[in-house]
Amino acid sequence: MHLLPEVLSDMTSPEAQPIINLTGVTKYFGTFHALKGIDANIKEGEFFSLLGPSGCGKTTLLRMIAGFEDPSDGTIVIGGKSMAGISANQRPTNMVFQSYAIFPHLNVAENVGYGLKKGKLSKQAQLAEVEKALEMVDLVGYGTRAAHELSGGQRQRVALARALVMRPKVVLLDEPLSALDKNLRDQMQVELRRLQQSLGITFILVTHDQEEALIMSDRIAVMFEGKIAQLATPEELYRRPISRRVASFIGVMNFLEARVTGSGEAGLQLDIPALGQVEVSHDHLPEGLNPQDIHTIGIRPEMLTVLYDGDQGAERIAQAQVVGTSYYGDMTYYSVLLPGHTEEVTISMRNTAGRSILNVGSTVSVGWGADSIVLFE
Amino acid sequence: MKRNRSPKWLAFYAVAYMVFLYAPVVLLPMFAFNDATVIAFPLSAFTTKWFDVLWNTPALHLAVKNSLLVGVSAAVLSTILGACAARATARYRFPLKRGILGFIMLPMVLPEIILAVALLVLLKQLGLPLSLWTVVGGHVLICVPFSIAILTSAFNGLDQSLEEASQDLGESRWGTFQRVTLPLVMPGIISSLLISFTISLDEFIIAFFLTGTDVTLPVYIWSQLRFPTKLPSVMALGSILLALSVILLILAEWFRRRSAHKQGADASATGGFV
Repeated sequence: MHLLPEVLSDMTSPEAQPIINLTGVTKYFGTFHALKGIDANIKEGEFFSLLGPSGCGKTTLLRMIAGFEDPSDGTIVIGGKSMAGISANQRPTNMVFQSYAIFPHLNVAENVGYGLKKGKLSKQAQLAEVEKALEMVDLVGYGTRAAHELSGGQRQRVALARALVMRPKVVLLDEPLSALDKNLRDQMQVELRRLQQSLGITFILVTHDQEEALIMSDRIAVMFEGKIAQLATPEELYRRPISRRVASFIGVMNFLEARVTGSGEAGLQLDIPALGQVEVSHDHLPEGLNPQDIHTIGIRPEMLTVLYDGDQGAERIAQAQVVGTSYYGDMTYYSVLLPGHTEEVTISMRNTAGRSILNVGSTVSVGWGADSIVLFE
Repeated sequence: MKRNRSPKWLAFYAVAYMVFLYAPVVLLPMFAFNDATVIAFPLSAFTTKWFDVLWNTPALHLAVKNSLLVGVSAAVLSTILGACAARATARYRFPLKRGILGFIMLPMVLPEIILAVALLVLLKQLGLPLSLWTVVGGHVLICVPFSIAILTSAFNGLDQSLEEASQDLGESRWGTFQRVTLPLVMPGIISSLLISFTISLDEFIIAFFLTGTDVTLPVYIWSQLRFPTKLPSVMALGSILLALSVILLILAEWFRRRSAHKQGADASATGGFV
């Protein structure tokens, strides 16, 4: 799934107001410390993802924003109003549940119109609203279908329409795509993103699928064990992960031992066995980390290239031995060993014309650049 | 295929079992339509006069009215109590939950005669007069376990996120109960009402011990057995009750399955009484 460049550049404008402020949000379940002080501002109109492994507290946080759980400590402010003591049915949020929670005794139109207040709108106006919501999710003509006649993807759309018809300030999505098969999921990711952008409503997505978060989000909060490890745009998260843990959760990252030998005007001087001396710009240094604490560098598999005869020389070249290959059709993943390192390094190569698959055991030249290096503790 | 064929003796056993189980039940309607005062083979002519006798017995009508009153009251009360207990066990965690539930379910296996005697002693000690209402109390005691068993499966089958979704869409707790919870467990509630009513309707021992001067139908029937000439009309009455019980049980099971189907479960996979 590839995003169009204009979609990427169309990030939320910096002056957008926060619609949700989370301050020191903490949750205990008995003695279990589920959330350990979450601070975050979610901007109006942004697609915000809570990404993390199961049990990291992301769903708990979403349920607290929805009003199904009360924080043990800290405050949740939505649209400038504290949500303390305000129950789920009074909040300007609507949720798409993981199980979709389609009311089985109601048909599609009744499900979508469930939340429309009886007194507030005329019967006619309600039907129009429902019809409009069904149109948004591409389910025109499905109004009289019974809940059990719907496929997984259709249930998901009904759940979405049911939330959107309420015109919420924030739509909360609890792993909405996890029950769908791969193809449908890919399609829904794009559709959800488009819908969110055309409506301009804030979406908060909970997911454990890093690819999904990268594709859909304006910003992502990566969570581990009840804490936000890093909150950044997808690109920043991928290019400058703040810790080894974040780096290995988002995509694949090679880690190599390294040593800081000095710090100059241009950047930090590092000594990496087999790769040699290299100078890395200061802005690669993760926030809150001192240069002397740097002991590891990271480099993404696609930032390394196996050099074939006739390839243009890379910025830097190192020799390595191929110890394994994985062929994926369009890509080949090589595992190589650099002299002086015990950890294998993964290199991903696009299988373009004229590039044969290298044999295990052969020695290759690996090209790399100083700019692609990420610094870690 | 040969391997799957059951041996002949197994088929014989099954048939014998069914005969043993249902032959007495079949005798009931047989003699109800038999034109003879003596209950014995061979059968004489076909008649419906025993049913006419029933029609002209005011004491019987009173007993039927009493039984209906007791049955409906017991069914409603035990279903309300059962719904509360089922909801609590399905949703909440509290200390001694299993123990409490075990005690509630106990009357299901306790000999009724012991229950009846114990209740009688208790009521006498409390100085409460025996009436149809004491019978209702006793019947509620034995019906509640059945109500809980039926309703727990109904409440357990209810996805909690449905109630959350309703609240998320702006509905209050009470509104959620009315618009989501109740319609979804309604088949279970109807099933519980029917089962409790059926149990109460043909319950004898408790009714016999705890009733005052008003008798319920089973107690009336028992009192009629002293007069041999009344036996055929008792047979006729028994036939009517049998048909009624079967219809009620089928209805109850139908509602229970519909509830399971509504919630997307395989009806035959979830336990039922029929």
